[in-house]
Amino acid sequence: MSMPRRTSWLGWGVLLLGFAFLYLPILLLMLYSFNSSRLATVWAGFSTKWYGELFRDRQLLQAAWVSLKIAFWTATASMVIGTMAAMAMTRFKRFPSKTTFGALVTAPLVMPEVIIGLSILLMLVSMGGLFGLPSKGVVAIWIAHVTFTISFVTVVVSSRLQELDRSLEEAAMDLGANRLKVFFLITLPIIAPALMSGWLLAFTLSLDDVVIASFVAGPSSTTLPMKIFASVRMGVSPKINALASLLVLAVSLVAVLGWWISARADKRRQREMQLAQQENG
Amino acid sequence: MSARGPNQTGWRRWMPGVRAGVIGVPYLWLLLFFAIPFLIVLKISFAKMAVAMPPYTSIVAYVDNAFTINLNLGNYTQLFADSQYVVAYLSSIKIALVSTLLTLLIGYPMAYVISRMSPSARNIAMLLVVLPSWTSFLIRVYAWIGILDSNGLLNRTLMGIGLIDEPLRILYTPLAAYIGIVYCYLPFMVLPLYANLVKLDHRLLEAAYDLGAKPWQAFLRITLPLSRSGIIAGCMLVAIPAVGEFVIPEMLGGPDTLMIGRVLWGEFFNNRDWPLASAVAIVMLILLLIPILIFNRAQQRELEGRLA
Repeated sequence: MSMPRRTSWLGWGVLLLGFAFLYLPILLLMLYSFNSSRLATVWAGFSTKWYGELFRDRQLLQAAWVSLKIAFWTATASMVIGTMAAMAMTRFKRFPSKTTFGALVTAPLVMPEVIIGLSILLMLVSMGGLFGLPSKGVVAIWIAHVTFTISFVTVVVSSRLQELDRSLEEAAMDLGANRLKVFFLITLPIIAPALMSGWLLAFTLSLDDVVIASFVAGPSSTTLPMKIFASVRMGVSPKINALASLLVLAVSLVAVLGWWISARADKRRQREMQLAQQENG
Repeated sequence: MSARGPNQTGWRRWMPGVRAGVIGVPYLWLLLFFAIPFLIVLKISFAKMAVAMPPYTSIVAYVDNAFTINLNLGNYTQLFADSQYVVAYLSSIKIALVSTLLTLLIGYPMAYVISRMSPSARNIAMLLVVLPSWTSFLIRVYAWIGILDSNGLLNRTLMGIGLIDEPLRILYTPLAAYIGIVYCYLPFMVLPLYANLVKLDHRLLEAAYDLGAKPWQAFLRITLPLSRSGIIAGCMLVAIPAVGEFVIPEMLGGPDTLMIGRVLWGEFFNNRDWPLASAVAIVMLILLLIPILIFNRAQQRELEGRLA
């Protein structure tokens, strides 16, 4: 393990520059959502009028609602399927064509979005309602989003499964519990924080996607990112700044909350383990 | 990490149906919606554009008791005959490689410094690294428009302090695309590097110092070689998707930033030439195949917990 040392001045400088690069653009974006001028780069005084306009834009709100629904169902399906894939990768030593399985699970992590979008659309169109699958629309977007977010959930969950002390699972099995019972009573509660992070990751990835959704959306359904993308192509608009600020705020709150909950759960579990060891020791 | 105990065989005690389901559901889903679609893209890349729905011809025909397969190579010859496509492929690869290198140069020092902080401090620091990538990608790209614009914050600041007289033209040039890619992909570089560097055994470094190595020597001969797998993973996570990037060059790059993702998008949405778009995708996949396989192998080892 690495030994923590005191961070040097050079180290602090590196971090300061890095974090400034990461955060300044977002902070400036939020600041200019309160600009009273339509010109997004010239400060003309404080105003909240763009937030008002935002909430009067029914089309935008409609698109936001569609996106939230897709993201919710994407995250839920992805969490279940991704966890199954993580169990298969970490807990089953070998099974036929495990290499193919591994390739299928990891390739979507790096596959360019234009290729995923095009290929799923062509698949759905040429299957043409074969299994009652729609070729375009909200359900098609859901299928596409689940497909590309499964891998992210698998990465998050399997790293947790590797850290998990297997002696707990083994002890339960020695006591006669079957695998399914062990999974639901022992494994699942321990990896629950990872499932939550996986769910949130899939949710934000889905909520964010413009490329894949554009391919499979069809004329009748529009998601929030597609709306934003279309309006940004027309130029900078303070209304988009206002929307962006709200999104950033919501995501940060949820992320920090999730991090805090899982950090607290970690601490408590470590304490319990220590106590248990002392009692047995 | 706990070693695989002798109880390994006990893990086979899954009920057969459950085991098959746990493997089968993700397997079938990814086969159906990720792998098989590539075959369909391959098939359609040999078709011709047609005014129909779907807008392409069928490549198989059954006429006069003869079953014929009609492979139209026209899309591929067009890709190589028209220099526009070749230039787009080469420029995508160049942009991806340069931005990966820049991301590594910024990301490595960050990951290194964070990995040597105290456990609680590095958790917070990593949260801060990852947090921007949880907020909308589209919005982070959009944020740069207001900064890089000729009337934007950067130019106004530089002119305000008298460093330049004329605004710099950055937005809608390839430079803006580079900035956007480095900015958006930075967390994907720092994450695997950090995961690798944090596991570095510092006794090795102490031994090197005891033997009289200077800090930079110890870094070059111990830290850097040991972090190789993190560097590979980070570079693949940035370079492969960057080759096919569409949103960043489209929003920031202007007409001079030619990238293959934009060409594919244009063929599909503007020209409605699905077969040509498919051929563009197939050639891109072939170019990316070897990097993807390298990434796959490394990632699979990581997923199974067999860390090098």
